[in-house]
Amino acid sequence: MSAHSYSPPWRRGIGYALLIFFAVVFIGPFLIQLATSFKTDADAANNSLSLIPHPATLSAWERIFGFTENAGIPFGRWLTNSIIVATFITLGRVFLDSLAGYALARLRFPGRQAVFWGVLGILAVPGAVLLIPRFLVLKELTLFNTYPGMILPIVVDAAGIFLMRQFFVNIPTTMEEAARIDGAGVFRTYWSVILPMARPGLITLTILSFQGSWNEFQLFLVSTSDPKYNTLTTGLAKFSSGQLGAGTQYPLTLGAALLSTIPVAIVFFAFQRHFIGGQLAAAVKG
Amino acid sequence: MLPALAVLIIFLVVPIGLAFYVSLTRWDGLSSPFGGGAKFIGFDNYKSLLTVDNLTRQNFATSIRNNFYFVLFVVPLQTALALFLAVLLNNRFLRGRSYFRTAFFFPSVTSSIATTLVFLFLFSGGGAVNQLLGYVGLHGPNWTADSRGVFHQALGVVGVDSAPGWSQHEFFNLSWWDWFSGPSVAMVVIITLVVWTTSGTFMLMFLAGLQNINEEVLEASEVDGATAWQRFRLVTLPMLRPTLILVLTLGLISTWQVFDQIYLTGNNPATITPAYLSYNQSFQNSAFGIGAAIAFLLFALIILLAALQRRLVGTGEDD
Repeated sequence: MSAHSYSPPWRRGIGYALLIFFAVVFIGPFLIQLATSFKTDADAANNSLSLIPHPATLSAWERIFGFTENAGIPFGRWLTNSIIVATFITLGRVFLDSLAGYALARLRFPGRQAVFWGVLGILAVPGAVLLIPRFLVLKELTLFNTYPGMILPIVVDAAGIFLMRQFFVNIPTTMEEAARIDGAGVFRTYWSVILPMARPGLITLTILSFQGSWNEFQLFLVSTSDPKYNTLTTGLAKFSSGQLGAGTQYPLTLGAALLSTIPVAIVFFAFQRHFIGGQLAAAVKG
Repeated sequence: MLPALAVLIIFLVVPIGLAFYVSLTRWDGLSSPFGGGAKFIGFDNYKSLLTVDNLTRQNFATSIRNNFYFVLFVVPLQTALALFLAVLLNNRFLRGRSYFRTAFFFPSVTSSIATTLVFLFLFSGGGAVNQLLGYVGLHGPNWTADSRGVFHQALGVVGVDSAPGWSQHEFFNLSWWDWFSGPSVAMVVIITLVVWTTSGTFMLMFLAGLQNINEEVLEASEVDGATAWQRFRLVTLPMLRPTLILVLTLGLISTWQVFDQIYLTGNNPATITPAYLSYNQSFQNSAFGIGAAIAFLLFALIILLAALQRRLVGTGEDD
């Protein structure tokens, strides 16, 4: 019997108390957010801690979905834009990151090591430094205020390339050699042999790409100025920091914020394992 | 490889070079900066941020001060909380740990804009936090609108209400009294928010590190009569050193770039940071040259701090 196979009940009691306390701290704000979205403006301001709306109203939700004259926010447009850019960015990253990752893991070409260090170097560039550079290039390429301008700058990401390289490095080379002996070319080998074997890696990449592009804020902020290109993040942020001329309508903004969280939440709860694996792989790169 | 490399070069490497050029000009962001739309002025933007006695330098100094206190509080707090949660979840006598792990990690995957909105609501004047404080008889401040420094208020408690004479001398257009203000009450909200959203990610890294620790070593030390605290301090912590260094490095780099949360609190001297000031000067004030110069000074600062940290504590891999 090992030395600590027993833990006294009082100690476990403290453990559970701490776990529950922190669960309330981490999840509580989302519950308050949910409850607030069903409150009136006055109730939200006066009883913000209460989880039971009194009186309960759907007015915030009716405004979010545009069912009333007084539609507060163009939520449908923001949602559509978020779906458009997140879809293209995710597809682009899955295709291009995996190709690049494969090349770095397998192909022998001059300067491969230099490219590898280059990718690592790009990972180290602080995002805050890129606000003006991205705006500059999009303006010069006349892509400012266009969908391609919101998509292209992040259609490949160094972290994704690195993640895929790690997956490919860990796949044994014997399968590829067999395919090559059978006469398959590089792309054919990649597509029919390697990609299917890298499926777990691809799922992780898809999920992290979706999450990253859905939550992206800084690029969309500097690549557009026309409200018709607002996504859920830029739309909500501009609306709340007063640029669209509305004050603090908490049930409306928190309801819209909640809706913008739901797609990522669903993916998170369905594929949590991949989130965790991806986070750790991303950490190792540092 | 080539398409990916092309995108990275076009949208990353070249832009950084162009932005450096812009930092040497006066440019309003409207015309093309390379076709005569920007006036080349050498290092004047950097001079105005660092050596000229003016409002620009005062704002820059304020943003550096704000960000410094932000880092000073967020990095230790998020690291300690993440480690604490990981150790708690690593206790194999507790059931349902995977559910709790999910709960603790969830804020990390959600949008920074959405979570900031929630926290601005929780910390509003009559918000949930002040109601909770009210239950224990405390009267909470009007958090996000309160620009008073936390250290100043602490000094107020012991009777120091105004700046002593020596502290009124200025350094970078900010009096010493203002440099030692501590984070503003409004910044405390952002500090709490960021600790809340990032601890989950770092907790996962610590959990992975904890799972690599040899159980037998821990058991041997227990047989030798070590208490739980001694086991943690003398066995677990030294073995977690590589993870600890990783978490501190990632934390240090990301906290110096805080932007999204600051954007939502607006152009407020109590919370502006260099990343936000760079955006504000460029996109809202049409002074792209100054904005770019701030971005490069921030870049230099981050590289310097990362290099310094590497020298002081190593990478954690080779020792």
